[in-house]
Amino acid sequence: MSEAVKEAVAEPALVAIMEQLPKTEVPARSPLAHHTEVLSRPTHENPGVRLWENALRTHLALRGDAGSADFARGVEAATGLALPERLQCHQSGEWALSWVAPDEWLLTGPGDQALAMEMSLREELDGHYAVINLSGGQTMLRLSGPKARLVLMKSCPYDVHDRHFPVGKVVTTVLAKSQATIRRVGEEDWELVVRRSFADYVWRWLVDASQEYRLSLGHPE
Amino acid sequence: MFYIFCPYCDEHREEEEFHPKGQAHLSRPADPDACTDEEWGNFIYFRDNPRGIHHEIWVHAIGCRKFFNVTRDTQSYEILESYRMGSAPRITQLTDKQQS
Repeated sequence: MSEAVKEAVAEPALVAIMEQLPKTEVPARSPLAHHTEVLSRPTHENPGVRLWENALRTHLALRGDAGSADFARGVEAATGLALPERLQCHQSGEWALSWVAPDEWLLTGPGDQALAMEMSLREELDGHYAVINLSGGQTMLRLSGPKARLVLMKSCPYDVHDRHFPVGKVVTTVLAKSQATIRRVGEEDWELVVRRSFADYVWRWLVDASQEYRLSLGHPE
Repeated sequence: MFYIFCPYCDEHREEEEFHPKGQAHLSRPADPDACTDEEWGNFIYFRDNPRGIHHEIWVHAIGCRKFFNVTRDTQSYEILESYRMGSAPRITQLTDKQQS
């Protein structure tokens, strides 16, 4: 190892942590605002599928060694959630921690708490780990209703049958030729995390695929 | 279409989630400065193209994004096993039944 490299390694790691939310003069805008702000479609009385965006949430990618007790303890201390097992998700209130890969998890929660949660994780964790704020890079869609599973059956190659995809499971797979992290929140309630740049495409795909099931756009209440 | 077992997700997934990444178990010469041009050329450019058992690397690109190894029969395309990085294949030659 050269002297320069040794010095660089000896330096304490500098991590740029910043508040990524714009101040009030610049309103935050979701990648689907052009769809969700002008909802002109009629709302069905008894919709088979509901689709809405859970916009501007906190998305933090968390990486570390699942086998390390310190890492697991730190994550639990900061988030209040235990590290989920393979293809599982733990949820507590607004926060959800989903398994993505053997050394990677996705933490989602209220949009205005990204910085606070990141600071808290960095406070609790030590050693070899990474916390990355992806909030601006992806968005969350919600699909619910008795026919929501049929929409997913048309859109992705993964087996979403009850026996293969129980509540609480989370899977990253192909959705409409794009990619999504699909989580089953409830019996008829699904959460899709998609890339920001594909959000418009996925939205249009889901709207089209849901037409035959009496689609209602927008949040249920 | 392949239905491939990902040893990290511990599930079978559709082929469109994966990418093949070529021959597995290639080791870089320990001391590149000391090896001959031929050895280095073989490492960089030359790959096996066997008829029968082939060990190859695949990546679960739309999924857990982990690389893993696969043992595939290049005659029948059948995937015989998939195993994690750093472990050795269990199948190294075709059985009589697979050959027929």
